[in-house]
Amino acid sequence: MTTGTVDNPQANADNGHLLDQFREDVLHVQSTLTGMPVFWVRRESLVDILAHLKQVPAPFSMLYDLSAVDERLRSHRDGLPASDFTVFYHLLSVERNEDLMLKVALDESDLRVPTVTGVFANASWYEREVWDLFGIHVEGHPHLARILMPPTWEGHPLRKDYPARATEFDPYTLTVEGQGEEQEAMRFEPEAWGMQRERDGAEFMFLNLGPNHPSAHGAFRIVLQLDGEEVVDCVPDIGYHHRGAEKMAERQSWHSFIPYTDRIDYTGGVMNNLPYVLAVEKLAGIEVPDRVKTIRVMMAEMFRITSHLLFLGTYLQDLGAMSPVFYTFSDRQRGYEVIEGITGFRMHPAWYRIGGVAQDLPRGWEKLVQGFLDWMPPRLREYEKAMMENALVRERTRHVAAFNTAEALEWGVTGPNLRATGCNFDLRKQRPYSGYEHFDFEVPLAQNGDVFDRGQLRIDEMRQSLRIIQQCVDHMPTGDYKADHPLTTPPPRERMLQHIETLITHFLQVSWGPVLKPQESLQMVEATKGINSYYLTSDGNTMSYRTRIRTPSFPHLQQIPAVMRGGFVPDLIAHLGSIDFVMADVDR
Amino acid sequence: MNWWTPELAAILWGMFQALVILLGAVLLGAALTVVERRLLGLWQDRYGPNRVGPFGTLQLIADMLKIFFKEDWIPPFADWPLFVLAPIIAFASLLLSFVIIPITPGWGVADMHIGLLFFLAMAGINVYAVLLGGWASGNKYALLGALRASAQTLSYEVFMGLSLMGVVALAGSFNMRDIVNAQEGLWFIIPQFFGFATFFIAGVAVTHRHPFDQPEAEQELADGYHIEYSGMKFGMFFIGEYVGMVLVSALIVTLFFGGWHGPWLPPILWFAIKTGFFLMLFILLRASLPRPRYDRVMSFGWKVCLPLTLINLLATGAVMLLVGG
Repeated sequence: MTTGTVDNPQANADNGHLLDQFREDVLHVQSTLTGMPVFWVRRESLVDILAHLKQVPAPFSMLYDLSAVDERLRSHRDGLPASDFTVFYHLLSVERNEDLMLKVALDESDLRVPTVTGVFANASWYEREVWDLFGIHVEGHPHLARILMPPTWEGHPLRKDYPARATEFDPYTLTVEGQGEEQEAMRFEPEAWGMQRERDGAEFMFLNLGPNHPSAHGAFRIVLQLDGEEVVDCVPDIGYHHRGAEKMAERQSWHSFIPYTDRIDYTGGVMNNLPYVLAVEKLAGIEVPDRVKTIRVMMAEMFRITSHLLFLGTYLQDLGAMSPVFYTFSDRQRGYEVIEGITGFRMHPAWYRIGGVAQDLPRGWEKLVQGFLDWMPPRLREYEKAMMENALVRERTRHVAAFNTAEALEWGVTGPNLRATGCNFDLRKQRPYSGYEHFDFEVPLAQNGDVFDRGQLRIDEMRQSLRIIQQCVDHMPTGDYKADHPLTTPPPRERMLQHIETLITHFLQVSWGPVLKPQESLQMVEATKGINSYYLTSDGNTMSYRTRIRTPSFPHLQQIPAVMRGGFVPDLIAHLGSIDFVMADVDR
Repeated sequence: MNWWTPELAAILWGMFQALVILLGAVLLGAALTVVERRLLGLWQDRYGPNRVGPFGTLQLIADMLKIFFKEDWIPPFADWPLFVLAPIIAFASLLLSFVIIPITPGWGVADMHIGLLFFLAMAGINVYAVLLGGWASGNKYALLGALRASAQTLSYEVFMGLSLMGVVALAGSFNMRDIVNAQEGLWFIIPQFFGFATFFIAGVAVTHRHPFDQPEAEQELADGYHIEYSGMKFGMFFIGEYVGMVLVSALIVTLFFGGWHGPWLPPILWFAIKTGFFLMLFILLRASLPRPRYDRVMSFGWKVCLPLTLINLLATGAVMLLVGG
């Protein structure tokens, strides 16, 4: 067994013991910049190892992520076991506050892995995604069907031999017959999902809710099996908003992919840039100045507030309250005025850069931000008084669609939805990044994990975000808004005008983009909706070899049937409102 | 000129009155659609429709033009006779109820002995509009809306009638004019407060107005029973709802707030002011409240409103016996 070095040697030592009994099955320990030990294991013992890790003391109780890499074109694989396709399993332990990654090497002629749905329930969608995008067969999966691509799709898009550009295909056409076939392919077959069509002689109603429905929050479809208005079972169907962001990442330079990240969680703005640029900076070895860190935190928290305001308005609207959404939108507008004043754009500023931010703060920014900070607290109090303390709201939300911490971890639920169950896990405290360790704030928690708690918790989170932004205003460090590092993109302009070397670097970095050394890095952040992370694999090129985007909304939607069985249609709508998802964040 | 008899004059005058009142009700209902949007705008920190004509006053005409010329589409999977019938019932039943409303001492369409019962009958028929519309549309959302509507109406019709019996007992008549005249000294809101409260709730439920709009709950059923309707058929459901609002407001005024009675101002103005107040209340309810779950609505009807009306009726009877005897 070869031992690699990882960021945290202590964790490595501990986790080495974890797999003592599987010493024979660990083929290799890979050294990465992901901050966690990465074990290559034999496919045959994968399920046993996962089951073991799930029941060790302080267990790895969450399957945080599961996806694959097409390794066939990767040139820098020094020392790694031979593999054409690699499936990776990223586990997270809340108790240990540690992660662990298992990788399984597959040969092109034998593309199959055993299903791990028996150990982690939320593996189901991830394994379907692996099948859909890589064509890796998952043996024993209860329903191995395409998930992001249409059921009629041919090919597996994330394979390296699958074209990434429209110009490499014939022009797209759709005939009337073709349209009919596509629609027929979307028809829901209850038998395929192991559902009964009737019970005791009474037929169930199968109701297609979405992909266009006022409460579906985007193009989201969920098929309900109804007995009267009781939801007997339901099947969420996603993929209508899939844009192939991970594939695009393989065709964009490290720098030019930043605007795409804005559109992953389109209510999160620069919050999406953060995990990406942090992961790239790990690869590049850039340490950014304190001013950059603080500016990034401030803008990310601004977007947390605007995103939560959007949540609050639509959440209450889903409960049938018509007016609050207008109030939260006018507050959100005030937030966007600040954001626009600083970044020059509203929803998708794409404002963070590798090694810094796009510009320094404009003159008078303190006044702008302070105005927003003074405006918000009385408004938040008003929302509580008018809505969260309203008897009808409480009746609609208390003890509705509730789940506990264990269930949340089982389904990969993170962020406010996890903390609403009483689990104190906020990356800004547990694994501070971008200088969050210097801020004084609390992590709001709730107990019941129901629709009400998920709503109230976000109001409390907005208060904490205001507190963080206030500290940014009061203690903004002086210094540069870009790191002084050769890979900072674009490089500082002042010297470029004086210095031929810098001019050449500037030219290359703007035209080609920076070249990053072959390594793997990963960065998680506490995004608006839960934990968002970018797992980057560099092959020593101007572009990413593989960009895995783990988004919080994906597992949140997968959990819906487990929560909603036995509930009523209005409860389902309340639950959908309380999850706080956007389909772009689910489908990528 | 021997054909011009006092009888003929009375008939013509009656027809004229009927025409004015019914047309007035429809126009008021239609105008309310715009008034509501303006008021909601005011309360929600936005403008509302303010572009057509001065302060948006001509919005109504624009809306009517649009709805008249819209394609009147009947889905191929619908049961068309019922599909066509439903909006007519929705519109006509509530409009016909207007005949019993005495607006001023001299104005009113019909002076029936069974006045109040006529309204209850029409409200009963109104349910069929939603039921048939939801059923005939051949749409699952519409069907769910119709299911909700029938369950809800069953629950609320029961105590709606009972909540008015206290008024009937005090006035000693079903005739609306008698009821108004009986309130000359004291409005029935004082002795019949619980009757008023329950009738108001039932009235909101009958018109399917928020927070009792479960049959069309936009966020859940995406408009429920009228999801497949378009053009003027939708318009009839739509205006019918507002006519219903006007009707229920006018009934509340007539039954509990002394109808046209009031000092200084002419009776017609008093009637208009009071009705306007309740119309405003309807809109304010929509702006301010979330929607309860429909099974809660039903249990609220059976467990709170029904016992309350029964107790109210018993107490009214007991007091009348004590005072009268």
